[in-house]
Amino acid sequence: MLEVTDLACLRGDRMLFADVSLTVASGELVRIAGPNGVGKTSLLRLLCGLAVPEHGVVRWKGERIERSRDAFHREVLYLGHAAALNDLLTPHENLRFAAATHGHPTEAARCDAALARIGLEAQRDLPAKVLSQGQRRRVGLARLYLSEDVPLWILDEPFTALDVDAVKDLAAWLDAHCARGGAVVMTTHQDVPFATPLRVFDLAESAC
Amino acid sequence: MLSVFLEVLRRDLLLAWRNRADVLVTLAFFTIVACLFPFGVGSESNQLRAIAPGVLWVAALLATLLSLHRIFAQDHSDGVLEQLLLSPEPAVLWALAKILAHWLTTALPLILAAPALALLFDMEQSATAVLILSLALGTPILSLLGAVGAALTLGLRGGGMLLALLVLPLFVPILIFGAGAVDAHLSGTGAAAHLLLLGGGSLGALALAPWACTAALRIAVE
Amino acid sequence: MESAQRFSLFRYAAPNMFYPLAGRLAPMFAVAAVVLALVGLYMGFFVAPTDAVQGEVYRVIFIHVPAAWMSMFIYLVMALWSGVGVVFNTRLSAMMAQALAPTGAMFCFVALWTGALWGRPTWGAYWVWDARLTSQLLLLFLYFGFMALTAAIEDPRRADRAGAILALVGAVNVPIIYFSVTWWNTLHQGASVSLTKAPSMATTMLWAMLIMALASWAYTIAVVLWRVRGLILERERHTEWVAAELDAAEARA
Repeated sequence: MLEVTDLACLRGDRMLFADVSLTVASGELVRIAGPNGVGKTSLLRLLCGLAVPEHGVVRWKGERIERSRDAFHREVLYLGHAAALNDLLTPHENLRFAAATHGHPTEAARCDAALARIGLEAQRDLPAKVLSQGQRRRVGLARLYLSEDVPLWILDEPFTALDVDAVKDLAAWLDAHCARGGAVVMTTHQDVPFATPLRVFDLAESAC
Repeated sequence: MLSVFLEVLRRDLLLAWRNRADVLVTLAFFTIVACLFPFGVGSESNQLRAIAPGVLWVAALLATLLSLHRIFAQDHSDGVLEQLLLSPEPAVLWALAKILAHWLTTALPLILAAPALALLFDMEQSATAVLILSLALGTPILSLLGAVGAALTLGLRGGGMLLALLVLPLFVPILIFGAGAVDAHLSGTGAAAHLLLLGGGSLGALALAPWACTAALRIAVE
Repeated sequence: MESAQRFSLFRYAAPNMFYPLAGRLAPMFAVAAVVLALVGLYMGFFVAPTDAVQGEVYRVIFIHVPAAWMSMFIYLVMALWSGVGVVFNTRLSAMMAQALAPTGAMFCFVALWTGALWGRPTWGAYWVWDARLTSQLLLLFLYFGFMALTAAIEDPRRADRAGAILALVGAVNVPIIYFSVTWWNTLHQGASVSLTKAPSMATTMLWAMLIMALASWAYTIAVVLWRVRGLILERERHTEWVAAELDAAEARA
């Protein structure tokens, strides 16, 4: 589904990596590995089209992503370092806004169910500024439970700041997504047990 | 498609409501800047009447300038902007919604407060009406062009001063036609030409600025 | 695939092809600029007749008018390069725009300065809010804004693209600013003696002015080529060809 050819990334005036080629098929779970600073986040941002590569092409279902940006964005979900929460809005409001602007207007009940699934039903109506780091993280992740029909998930360190049970639940949910025919590309520093065979792509080999 | 526009507009208005102190501060700034001028140039009422349109326009311009960072800065720092740029809906739509929300929460209060300030400068009623009309037609250009400047300077060190340097020269024509409308009305030539130019400028900015703004936003998050 | 390759070839090869070309062309234009300026200044200051109305003071137009022309024209060229950069995503065009800006600002400043010098004996004040001078001043601010923005952004690629958007927005606004200032000016004060219209042009004056304009052109091209070479070296300092170039330069020295 996702096809990356000869990708190179320039940060400031330093070439982070070059000649990255990678294909992600449906049902695959890919982990981008490599030491800090090798450009894992930069690669994920290139994959979802937030950044423009110095060189190379990213294709989604055979189309260059910058050519059919809106169609591609309908089929990709990217969760980055920042949880994308506004401090003055409640988790519920933040979640509904995120879903609505991504073309999935969602009923309040489904948002509530997603928040309950991730263990935040008690914080439903508190402003996001009073949440802890881990809770903020979870509000961001709650979008995964509303996005079953989005095929490609690109996740930057999704397991950070989660407790053991939440990690297990999330891993099972990622497995379920791959079983449905979706694909996941992610970075993580934790060893998480997955049922799906994990494909590790070592970015350090392409580092400059 | 329209739902994204409405959703973003509703959210930004809700945020402005929860953060209403910001709106009031802008309004207070507008009032104070306007009230400084009599202390600087003297309280002779003929003179005040003569400078009033220019003073109120300059004050509105500066108040808008100070509020411009609000359009994108928060969303940029907490990652919402990234998510909006990943939205499958056209970016100009939500950018326009954000600009409209800015206009509604910044310019509209200024326009509503302007008649009270006009009283302080002893402006004639008909002149006040023309001033309000010129503000209503001209301030959308300030929000639209200002949003482009705000997007270009997003996340930069010293962004506020830089933003002023970028947009103030572009605001000069609006100041000329805005304040000029009142003068033209008072001199008897009629303000229609000025007001039409302001309205035309608003339409032109409406057609072009959102595109420049979204291009600048894409660059800013990269 | 083929188009992708051509695209990258265009993008990567252009600076290293352009660098030696610019190096060959710049001295030629510099020589042309000096010769033309000497001839133009001689004609303007010694050959052209004294103006009947303004006396000798008018001679400043041989510097003022070409500087004013260039300052406006350079902004348009800058916007043009920016547009090319936005459409084709070529690096070199953004470098051209950034190399042009300081020269444009310099001409803008020269035009303002000579305008003020001329204004003192003619209008009795160094500065009058004349439409031309005022729009020139705003143009100077636009140049400053462009330079400040590109300087404030650390990532060169972001700086290029943000600068390009600003230059294009500015270019749309320049005629509007000029029009509005002229309108404002005619309402607020009667048309005064204008720097450019005043002397009825004698043929020698016209020639002197044209030669000075050509000198400004040659100067601009020479300076911009030199500055672009500097930018190219700075931007491409990690590439092999720059390393080879620097080694060669060292060997020569």
